[in-house]
Amino acid sequence: MATAPTEIRVTPEIAAEHGLSAEEYSRVKQILGREPNITELGIFSVMWSEHCSYKSSKVHLKRLPTRGKRVVQGPGENAGVVDVGDGLVAAFKIESHNHPSYVEPFQGATTGVGGILRDIFTMGARPIAVLDSLRFGPITADGGATQEEAARNRRILDGVVRGIANYGNCFGVPTVGGEVGFEPCYSQNPLVNALALGIARKEDLFFAKARGTGNPVIYVGAKTGRDGIHGASLLASAEFTEESRQKRPNVQVGDPFLEKLLLEACLEAMKTGAVVAIQDMGAAGLTCSTTEMASRGGTGIEIDLAKVPQRESGMTPYEIMLSESQERMLLVAAKGREREVLDVFKKWGLDAVVVGEVTDGGLLRVNDHGVVAAEIPAHPLAEEGPVYRRPIAQPPARRETPADWFQFAKEGTNLTGNFIKLLGSPAIASKRWITEQYDTMVRTNTLAGPGASDAAVIRLKDPETGDVKRALALSTDGNGRWCQLNPRLGAMHAVAETARNVASSGARPIAATNCLNFGSPEKPEVMWQFSEVIDGVSEACNALGTPITGGNVSFYNETLGKSIYPTPVIGMLGVIEDPSRVLKITFRQSGDVIILLDGSTGQDNHSERSEESLFSGEFSSSEYSKTIAGIVAGEPPSIDLAAEKRLIDCLVALASAGILHSAHDISGGGLAVAVAESCFAAHDQALAGASLSVNISLDSKAPAEHVLFGERGARAIVTISASSLAGILDVARQYGVAAQQIGQIIRDDEFRIQYNGRAVIESRLETLRGTWANSLERVLAVR
Amino acid sequence: MKFGVVVFPGSNCDHDAFYAIGNVLKKPVEFIWHQSEDLGNCDAIILPGGFSYGDYLRTGAIARFSPVMNSVEKFARSGGMVLGICNGFQILCEAGLLPGAMMRNSGLRFICRHVHIRVEQTSTPFTNAATKGQVLKIPIAHSDGNYTCDQSTLTELEKNRQVIFRYITPDGSDDTAGNPNGSIANIAGICNRERNVAGLMPHPERAVESALDSTDGLIILRSMVEALVGAAKATA
Repeated sequence: MATAPTEIRVTPEIAAEHGLSAEEYSRVKQILGREPNITELGIFSVMWSEHCSYKSSKVHLKRLPTRGKRVVQGPGENAGVVDVGDGLVAAFKIESHNHPSYVEPFQGATTGVGGILRDIFTMGARPIAVLDSLRFGPITADGGATQEEAARNRRILDGVVRGIANYGNCFGVPTVGGEVGFEPCYSQNPLVNALALGIARKEDLFFAKARGTGNPVIYVGAKTGRDGIHGASLLASAEFTEESRQKRPNVQVGDPFLEKLLLEACLEAMKTGAVVAIQDMGAAGLTCSTTEMASRGGTGIEIDLAKVPQRESGMTPYEIMLSESQERMLLVAAKGREREVLDVFKKWGLDAVVVGEVTDGGLLRVNDHGVVAAEIPAHPLAEEGPVYRRPIAQPPARRETPADWFQFAKEGTNLTGNFIKLLGSPAIASKRWITEQYDTMVRTNTLAGPGASDAAVIRLKDPETGDVKRALALSTDGNGRWCQLNPRLGAMHAVAETARNVASSGARPIAATNCLNFGSPEKPEVMWQFSEVIDGVSEACNALGTPITGGNVSFYNETLGKSIYPTPVIGMLGVIEDPSRVLKITFRQSGDVIILLDGSTGQDNHSERSEESLFSGEFSSSEYSKTIAGIVAGEPPSIDLAAEKRLIDCLVALASAGILHSAHDISGGGLAVAVAESCFAAHDQALAGASLSVNISLDSKAPAEHVLFGERGARAIVTISASSLAGILDVARQYGVAAQQIGQIIRDDEFRIQYNGRAVIESRLETLRGTWANSLERVLAVR
Repeated sequence: MKFGVVVFPGSNCDHDAFYAIGNVLKKPVEFIWHQSEDLGNCDAIILPGGFSYGDYLRTGAIARFSPVMNSVEKFARSGGMVLGICNGFQILCEAGLLPGAMMRNSGLRFICRHVHIRVEQTSTPFTNAATKGQVLKIPIAHSDGNYTCDQSTLTELEKNRQVIFRYITPDGSDDTAGNPNGSIANIAGICNRERNVAGLMPHPERAVESALDSTDGLIILRSMVEALVGAAKATA
């Protein structure tokens, strides 16, 4: 074989610099039957990087449930696809862009959104919604950070939010939801997980499977530059050190305008019928797209780099193959019909060039000006990479005694001050300052945008006629603090909470996607967390009937040897059969009755137990304990998945019966926060002066703070008109869910909660609302 | 009666305008590609929102040189009805079909939310279905909506009753407090002196069904329909 003349000779040292272990390097030689050249080494190193190969996670991911009667495409393609009825399918997936977003927040977040959008429209689905799950270090000095750290975290947040806004707004996809969390462990390793949802007619789906020997391979979109080389292998697959900021050149640069053109051109090209297969060039760019398309199709691909549109001159084959320039696609067209495809891209002003063809024999062959620059069997490169069963070790049990736990306030203490502090904490406070920077409405499908409902709700217009038949609900969630305390239980809660959110919007949860953010897989305790989380996600998804259709693993989230909390983020998708029956959190009418629905009645009724220590262990993991007492300890609340399922079924039934006026699940900050948020939403809806408040009475043997702020799952508050009371009790009984009337909506500006006959929270509603609505903006305005 | 929605590279509210007219108002509507100089006998032209040419150089600055704008200009100069929404408003300013220019929002951030605007003039084809002083709830979504012009232009605009929408608080009491972007004189939308070309930053096409939280945008789109019906009758 002829090799390029001026080449660096590959040595084991160079292989090691590429992140390949000695064992991996000998595997490379075994597959090739010879030493690799430098381009081939580069190709192997990105394909076998943790980011692209899932080498540490593969053995565990197999345990996730991925099948279901609605699943059209499970993990392994660009996105998962589920059947949502009427011939329509939804493609959705969540992905991380954590390290780039720390190194360069704006571009890191921007290209994170751009990448996940391409994954969706690569499948022939038009993106209709984006959600973002974000985690940052504390943004105030009292949140466990120095002034300097807090200021840096604010800058990172600002850059990430601007980046997400910049890309989604320009591209024309609404950013409709997600969540934002703050913990010290994310200070030097923020999490930026972006979820995109797209819609297509089932018969119009496309897959990344090369077919037909002799079919032309076409490169479309942006020109290839030197940006992002080794983004996947060096940035995403190694932990952070002091020097990591010097990796800024490894971060890609995004252009949402170009991606918008690419979207329209790709969907139009697909309609010609001349496109056989298509894959975006994301991580590992041209390398990954050629290899995976060939491997999936059982074919080979031969390309000529001289034909690849290039932004700069003098690029080597190594650079071209490893570039992660954004907004590029590779597609296979039907032989003889390439003109139809090229014309569409020309119309949209985009580069489109035939760069090669599908071959038989299964080889990826890369030519450069008549010289073979790389020649590798595609299937082994894509599928026979290293797989590790990394050592697992449970970390020693935390030495905790009840003395380390949260101590409940004395009976009769007025808790209003603590409540106000909780409402103003960044985790609970209104995220409007962030979400108003996103276009939440473009495409006019948003039935419930950020904060309106527990899940974002998007109606589905038929791609041809515009007719609306159904709506989809989407929610993301993941409590890293809980997963740190108990990974398996925390993961189950993440699944249950997203499913509950989706059901609280009136939708039936049908499928999920997951983004698994962890520290270094080379640490046995991190692998233990990972394994536990997989088991937790699996158990919960099985119990709730929501298979995982895809997602992403992000390891090496650590800086200077310190791991983040294990943070699985679950994205849950649900279907609403009747879009006029969307449930929102907003209280609607004075006189309405507030009902607490509790799925776990009868089996594990906490309110009947009185020993404080039973509560303080789990309460120590709550948002309230962290904010008020600075205590993060104990265990997450125990979970009863059957109870979660009962509550979900009950909510869906009540929603479709159309008798509920509002619904809001109980999660961070507990019952008191849930009730307050529903009041605040009512205020935002109403014009001047019409405040709706509540009068709530709770009777319990458990401590007041546990009743007000405890975060046990399987609960939601719903409101109904007084005349529907009998109806709701009936439905709840039928589903085995306890329904307890806890109060009433009143037209007032006083907010009152009584506990065992005594007022424990009493405040002007405006005081509470002002704190909740403005505190994030107040903090973030300080630069 | 036929509406035309122009599609520039980077337009992203084109489908929404199309849907509002075709599916909600059930009136004939078609897309017009930016490279076409043929307006397809449309009776009213909408320049939709979005990021034409990625907002590169300046919002609307490149789109105004699209071939289609030659025809839109001729159409407007001969009295044809043209509505620019958001990016469309920016393009109309750049094209000189409306006076003034856009600056960055005073808060220097993109803002997307429902705002309230007061109808200042009803003697235009875009507002004839409204009542004077009526407050409409319509969303905005922009980072460059801070409308500005020199003092003499502003005087002219006011004198000729060309300011057709102003930002206002929900109760209609205070315009400055309701202004989201710092625009001069709290201007949300204007028309030309001949009253056949208008631009506004809020998105009426996003407020056309109660499921979307407001139907007030229909008042503007219906005004256009009524004006076209009236014009057809007058020539009949």
